[in-house]
Amino acid sequence: MSELAFFLGCIIPNRMPEIEKAARLSAERLGITLSDMGGASCCPAPGVMKSFDQTLWLKLAARNLSIAEAMGCDIVTLCNGCYGTLKDASMELREDPALCASVCEALRPKGYDLAVVPDVYHFVEYLYHTYGVDALRERVTTPLSYKVAVHYGCHLLKPTKYRQGASSERPTFFDELVEVTGATSIPYAEKASCCGAGGGVRSGLKDISLAMAQKKVDSIKGADCIVTPCPFCHMQLEQVADIPVLHYVQLLALSLGVQPGEMGLEVLP
Amino acid sequence: MKCGTCSGSCPSGRVVAFRTRALVEARATGTIDYDDPSLWYCTTCYTCMERCPRSIDITDEILHIREEAYRLGKVLEPHKAVLTYIWKTGHAVPINDAVREKRVRLGLSEEPPTTHRHADALAVVRALMEEEGVTNE
Repeated sequence: MSELAFFLGCIIPNRMPEIEKAARLSAERLGITLSDMGGASCCPAPGVMKSFDQTLWLKLAARNLSIAEAMGCDIVTLCNGCYGTLKDASMELREDPALCASVCEALRPKGYDLAVVPDVYHFVEYLYHTYGVDALRERVTTPLSYKVAVHYGCHLLKPTKYRQGASSERPTFFDELVEVTGATSIPYAEKASCCGAGGGVRSGLKDISLAMAQKKVDSIKGADCIVTPCPFCHMQLEQVADIPVLHYVQLLALSLGVQPGEMGLEVLP
Repeated sequence: MKCGTCSGSCPSGRVVAFRTRALVEARATGTIDYDDPSLWYCTTCYTCMERCPRSIDITDEILHIREEAYRLGKVLEPHKAVLTYIWKTGHAVPINDAVREKRVRLGLSEEPPTTHRHADALAVVRALMEEEGVTNE
């Protein structure tokens, strides 16, 4: 059984706890232990914090990484924003030992250290690369028949200098994970487009942000639902879409036999 | 080289007059207008950076331009509010009573095991913010 430090972030525990519940129930059925990271904070939000003060962005991220290090676990998260911050920070700290040393110097008097920088995974990346699609398929008890518009979101894939994939153009791994549940990933014109929420645009300039989401959603034809790996993209697309939006772990949980009511899903698409 | 791949790849550039190429050029020539609201149109999707044939780290550059704007005090009010939330709670999006109830209904802890339940951890977050001169004020 694998144990991972479960980084919750902000939107999932504080706005969309249904996703947290779906993840905990799914992990249980997959034999993955998600251990809580006591005292974790905001990742911090890359759009705002990275735009304001990158030294502070790195230190706050390093404190979160340090919690996992003390647990002796690698980190898994369900949010592309948290993933972007924690993954990018972990890579910057590994690439630059002097930088890592100066960050540790700030953290150590406060009771945190980072002798080893833990690996950071998005949950879908962990499922695909570590758990494996075939192992996942064996656990599916309730194959689904939805037609799904798959949305990857940007920070799951980019910047590629800090990601597993060599290119961010036309990826397929997340479609494969969606199809393992029995669902069908349908093509649509704006599949690769940004939802418009990131970079502080949703919080700062909402009309512009939603115009981007609208363009994307308008190109989806014939889907039963949209599936994303990110609660921020999820909130954004939900605001303009006339079909349901699900986080991947909610789709996965349904295929693993979790009842909708157990995880706060009120209406099935 | 002014190919415009960045501007052509930009999701914001499709809905507003945001020209990534002009911003990169202003950065290179030291002629950035920090009052220009388009500094904040970038969603940091990284598509321009991935596609740049000259391998310019465009998104990283835009973030550095924004840091300079922040130091000049030129930021959007809603972004300041995000900082205030992190200062007060450790979360950019803090919990509220409706979500506390929802968590309990789902069988989750009323508050997540984060800074919401660890005042000592929140104190460290604030100390790190103070050290960088970023506070609630």
